[in-house]
Amino acid sequence: MNAYEWLQTIIFFVVLLALVKPLGSFMAKVFQGERTFLSPVLVPCEKVIYRIGGVKPEDEMGWKRYAGSMLLLNLMLFVGLFAMLMTQHLLPLNPQKVPSFTWQLALNTAVSFTTNTNWQAYVGEQAASYFTQMVGFAVHNFVSAATGIMIAITVIRGFVRRKTSLLGNFWVDMTRCTLYILLPISIIAALLLVSQGAIQNFSAYKSVPLVQSTNYDKPKTDDKGAPLKDAKGNPVVENVIVKEVSIPMGPVASQEAIKELGTNGGGFFNANSAHPFENPTPLSNFIEILLILLIPGALTYTFGVMVGNSRQGWMLLGVMLFILVSAFGVLQWAESSGNPLVAKLGVQSINMEGKEVRNGLAGSNLFTVATTGTSCGAVNSMHDSLTPIGGMMPLSLILLGEIIFGGVGSGLYTMLAFAIIAVFVSGLMIGRTPEYLGKKIEVKEMWMSILVILTAGVTVLILSGIAMITPQAVASMANPGAHGLSEVLYAFASMSNNNGSAFAGLNASVDFYTLLGSLAMTVGRYVPAIAVLAMAGSLAEKKYIPPSLGTLPTDKAPFAIWLTLVILIVGALTFFPALALGPIVEHLTMRGGH
Amino acid sequence: MKDIKPAILLFVVFTVICGGIYPAVVSGIASALFPKQAAGSFITDKGGKEIGSTLIGQPFSDAKYFWPRPSATSDFGNNPMASGGSNAGPTNPAYLQTVGERVKALRDTGVTGQVPADLVQASASGLDPHISPESTLLQVPRVAKARGVSEALVTMAVTHATETRQFGFLGAPRVNVLELNLALDRLVP
Repeated sequence: MNAYEWLQTIIFFVVLLALVKPLGSFMAKVFQGERTFLSPVLVPCEKVIYRIGGVKPEDEMGWKRYAGSMLLLNLMLFVGLFAMLMTQHLLPLNPQKVPSFTWQLALNTAVSFTTNTNWQAYVGEQAASYFTQMVGFAVHNFVSAATGIMIAITVIRGFVRRKTSLLGNFWVDMTRCTLYILLPISIIAALLLVSQGAIQNFSAYKSVPLVQSTNYDKPKTDDKGAPLKDAKGNPVVENVIVKEVSIPMGPVASQEAIKELGTNGGGFFNANSAHPFENPTPLSNFIEILLILLIPGALTYTFGVMVGNSRQGWMLLGVMLFILVSAFGVLQWAESSGNPLVAKLGVQSINMEGKEVRNGLAGSNLFTVATTGTSCGAVNSMHDSLTPIGGMMPLSLILLGEIIFGGVGSGLYTMLAFAIIAVFVSGLMIGRTPEYLGKKIEVKEMWMSILVILTAGVTVLILSGIAMITPQAVASMANPGAHGLSEVLYAFASMSNNNGSAFAGLNASVDFYTLLGSLAMTVGRYVPAIAVLAMAGSLAEKKYIPPSLGTLPTDKAPFAIWLTLVILIVGALTFFPALALGPIVEHLTMRGGH
Repeated sequence: MKDIKPAILLFVVFTVICGGIYPAVVSGIASALFPKQAAGSFITDKGGKEIGSTLIGQPFSDAKYFWPRPSATSDFGNNPMASGGSNAGPTNPAYLQTVGERVKALRDTGVTGQVPADLVQASASGLDPHISPESTLLQVPRVAKARGVSEALVTMAVTHATETRQFGFLGAPRVNVLELNLALDRLVP
């Protein structure tokens, strides 16, 4: 790393940490129903929304009703988007006249955006109309993000409340989260991005002449669309001269802001945040990485405030930061060491394949660890083209279960499940009562925590295994050998953990991946979500146990180290064999010069 | 099941707020404050016709033009309708062969020494408008010869077109290839 890269990385983390406390305490106020500086404007809006929806704000819910409401709203999101994608050609704001999706792709895409995954098996600029992007995807970006945040808040309430079955009103939480937190930050962020050059318009795609025309060989097809072959069996081609190109337009910046802020990650364009219209300058890149980590980081402070001990939150943030910075270090080392096979050809030894010049190595790599440590999944460089050890970093961050900052909300609640496991295991080892935040950890909490932690991992391994023996799945790999396995492993890791980024060479638009992927995304989102809500319900009913000499302090450095070890050990035990066969083998092959 | 009604109604309400009002408000303010950026940072000719965007790289292969980064977009390089990278893995033989061919193409124009990575490795978007200053300077002799002008003149145009790090520390120094080539066409038609 050169001095500039050190400087921009350090400044980045200083800015992020400086924002954790103000935003974290603001969010705590919002979810505890206190007045904030936005209340004069937003309280009347809230009231109107409750009146329209027939919501009684004081009507609190138990965990089952809370989970039911969450599932109902998510079902609405799914059905709404599925219908929109199937009828896209009939809807307005479609200047390019793009056709409707196939049902498989519509199913995959609707599940993907509803579950905050934003896995994309379609090419944005070719397949989605402005209406779909704006009215469909953008709404999902807000609501799926709010869903995650609300579940995390509910779990915190489970720890805070005593001897009650009531956890809050889902509709109130949902409304407040969107109005007070997501919308204001998105509006500011979107305008900052436009100032840098991110586009925001509804024009039809623009045709511009090329300064120097180009040409390519286009395979000829018969009237049924099958490629024509000549007598020798070679494809028949015609040379096409390109004198002008079409540049896609659209309401990009508004989508971009919430896509990063809500850790959604679904790009307006196929190249996602590598596209100059989504991420035009180094400053926009800085802002986008900040948006990705902002809410997950600040939620740890919200957690600390709500449980009445902000050190509990800082401890979790410390663990997250440590693993994120370590992964960044390895990735930065791997990418600046480059690819010896390319260096042998006389090329400078850094890896720029699939990266953009303006972002530089550090700006690309920081984005990569941020987007995979959280469940964002936006990309500003192509992860498939990372060096093997470099590519193992985003893959590992996803496989750890999206807890290194994690998805908005989902990161925190999964991290809390890990903390419960850590408390329990250490309790067994040193003979102390397993308690966390004044609540006794019993069989039910353990079951739910294990469900939260293992669901995604088990899904990844089973589905990747099935892929390896399915010809269609294997044929979708873009790169031969060990790298192909990494592509498949990454695909299911990404979908099961609701990340959405890809080793994008893999052709994910075949039925095998769209259908099994939809299953993986659904299981990976709702099983842990319902499990933590059940845990919240159980915790809220318990009485508070004041800390005694027998209580393990969970806001001190030894517990932070212990929690880090538990996370790494669970991750390594689950995935080491698969990682050894993919990226590690490829690394050894590359170093060996093959 | 008293929550079915709010589920349906709030879905509609949030669709209106997040899918309608929010993008409309952003578009309105953006087109008032940053009209050029919101529209796509287009470069216009004297008649006001759009001839390219500073943010979208174009393909160049002629000796008299600076060459952009390789692009793996489908059909042809720098195809704005198909943004994306090569997604080639680092040990893929086909990929290594492609990089080798790109290095050879540069060597054929008289380039010696180590080739900067960005000039032979494809960009992420396939539309990267920039190349590094090193990749630009290395092309100066070829461009100067093809245009029949001194290298000093072309170097001057390159220096003029080189952007530094944003605020002095963010990102990487870079040269916008389309802007540089258009400037050269104006300078030595």
